[in-house]
Amino acid sequence: MINIDERKILKNLFSYILLIVLAVVILVPFFIGIWTSFLPTADILKGNYFSTNISLTNYLDAFTKTPILRYLGNTVVVSTLIMLAHLLFCSMSAYAFVFLDFKYKKFFFALFMVTMMLPGEAAIIPNFQTVKALGLLDHYSAMVVPALTSAFGTFMLRQAFLQTPKELKEAADIEGLNHFQIFWKVILPYNRISLITLGAYSFLGAWNSYLWPILVTFSNESRVIQNGLKQLQSEETFNNWGMIQASAAIIVIPTILVLFIGQHYFKSGLNEGAVK
Amino acid sequence: MSTLITNVCKQYDNNQGKTVLSNVSAEIETGEFFVIVGPSGCGKSTLLRMIAGLTEITDGEIAIDGKVVNNLPPKDRNLTMVFQSYALFPFLSVWDNVAFGLKARKHDQAEVSERVNNALKMVNLEDLKDRKPRELSGGQRQRVALARAVASDAKICLMDEPLSNLDAQLRIKMRQEIYALQRKLGITLIYVTHDQVEAMTMADHIMVLHDSKVQQIGTPTEIYKNPANEFVASFFGVPPINIMYASKVGAHSIKVNNDYQLDLDQAVTENELKVGIRPNEMIVEKAEELQSNATVQNVEFLGDEKIVHAKFNNGVMVSAIVPSDTEFDMFETVKITSTGNVLLFSQDGINITENKGGLVNA
Repeated sequence: MINIDERKILKNLFSYILLIVLAVVILVPFFIGIWTSFLPTADILKGNYFSTNISLTNYLDAFTKTPILRYLGNTVVVSTLIMLAHLLFCSMSAYAFVFLDFKYKKFFFALFMVTMMLPGEAAIIPNFQTVKALGLLDHYSAMVVPALTSAFGTFMLRQAFLQTPKELKEAADIEGLNHFQIFWKVILPYNRISLITLGAYSFLGAWNSYLWPILVTFSNESRVIQNGLKQLQSEETFNNWGMIQASAAIIVIPTILVLFIGQHYFKSGLNEGAVK
Repeated sequence: MSTLITNVCKQYDNNQGKTVLSNVSAEIETGEFFVIVGPSGCGKSTLLRMIAGLTEITDGEIAIDGKVVNNLPPKDRNLTMVFQSYALFPFLSVWDNVAFGLKARKHDQAEVSERVNNALKMVNLEDLKDRKPRELSGGQRQRVALARAVASDAKICLMDEPLSNLDAQLRIKMRQEIYALQRKLGITLIYVTHDQVEAMTMADHIMVLHDSKVQQIGTPTEIYKNPANEFVASFFGVPPINIMYASKVGAHSIKVNNDYQLDLDQAVTENELKVGIRPNEMIVEKAEELQSNATVQNVEFLGDEKIVHAKFNNGVMVSAIVPSDTEFDMFETVKITSTGNVLLFSQDGINITENKGGLVNA
């Protein structure tokens, strides 16, 4: 018996040590980033990471000396549009795949899934040519239009809709609701958690996208934040690392906000009591 | 609005064209409490869903109030449905759940609130109208589902095993409430259940379904006293009727289970037949081993009475209801006979009892 207990304790000890090491590995760069954002660049360049010379100057500089506010605004607009478009189009297509009967439904769904298998990078050249031909380069629409819908979003919502108790739809059928009303008044409210999840996923995905925006935007009017951060490095002859760190910290804020606000909605049991 | 079901059939395309219902016909009169009962898998829910319009009809005709509704969508059939799982909208309050259908049917606001408030009052849920379904107990959720049916102006209400998720006590209470509501509102209620007690206690007419066929349609009394066949006889009554083989020994007497002789009022027409004896018509007496014909296997105490399960010496099991002050022990030897108040079935299970009214007054 004692032997087994000892082994158990050792096993636990080992697991926790491993977990702590992993946590440190993951979190330390993050904290270094936040910490250096408060330090003057001179100290950072000297490698004086334990300087006590901390201030919010870097943040002030970021907002006053660079177009970071413009970048943030651009990103908010583009990300919000993409998120709304995903919510709207993915939920509508998912509803069709679940609740409507049409010919070749399975085939079309498979086709949808196939597009998910293609890496986005593979479509960059044709997409660029299309956007260029449409004259959308260096506009918000260059970033929004190609991302209006997402096969993953449709797939995810379809799985969620399939879990909706069929009695709810039947009850609505008997009450005489049409498809649009059922979609709007029954299916969407029932699956609001999945919608919030998809919304957060799409927003963050758009917020963090880098490659496509850097190809199709050239000016500060449409540049998004991730590219803007890169821009900060090359625009200045002398790289103000403290300010760049501060900008990076600012960029991460929405991600953290979405996580914290999102967590509030991920309480289980919201749909309890619908069916037994 | 009487509902007429004529030769309705249902086959599914998959499942090797399995027949779920064949040639089901019935007339359900306006304002009656009609119960469809049968063991699970007999197609009773399918029949209800076909009346509702949620499942397509393979063959036959369903007419509501003289109008064939085979191809009418559910909403145009002017009916409501209470689902086994209640089907409440978890994101709406109790009040909004009840108002849901009325709003969808574009009633004006004043009428909606009046109907909803009345319905909630009728099922005693006024105080809980702002709660969400997840904050309600099973019985309260059931009442919300009922209120939804009550608030609707539809004249036909369909219920698919609405009480099967409730515990025994609540089930009895809700049974009475549903019955009282139906009488008060005067609606036609078509009620599906697998529980024969629910069927017996509430129905004006019962349809017994088995093996995808209608076995019998009748009032609870008719079905209990004059069952069409062996299945119907054994489906109703707790504990179930004892069915045993019997053979003719005289013009008016049979030998039951090759054991004891029973004299009957009616003439015996067949040489080999089956006899059905309700447990309360069995007579159990203590007997010495040599005079006995059975052994007690188990005794259940129910308060006013006891149920004795015994095994005849040839292995056939029977149950009998005896007064609760009689004492029987397990493995005690007994002599079992019965009164002449029995049902006779042909070998195929068809009821061949002569119906003289008072013959079967079990």
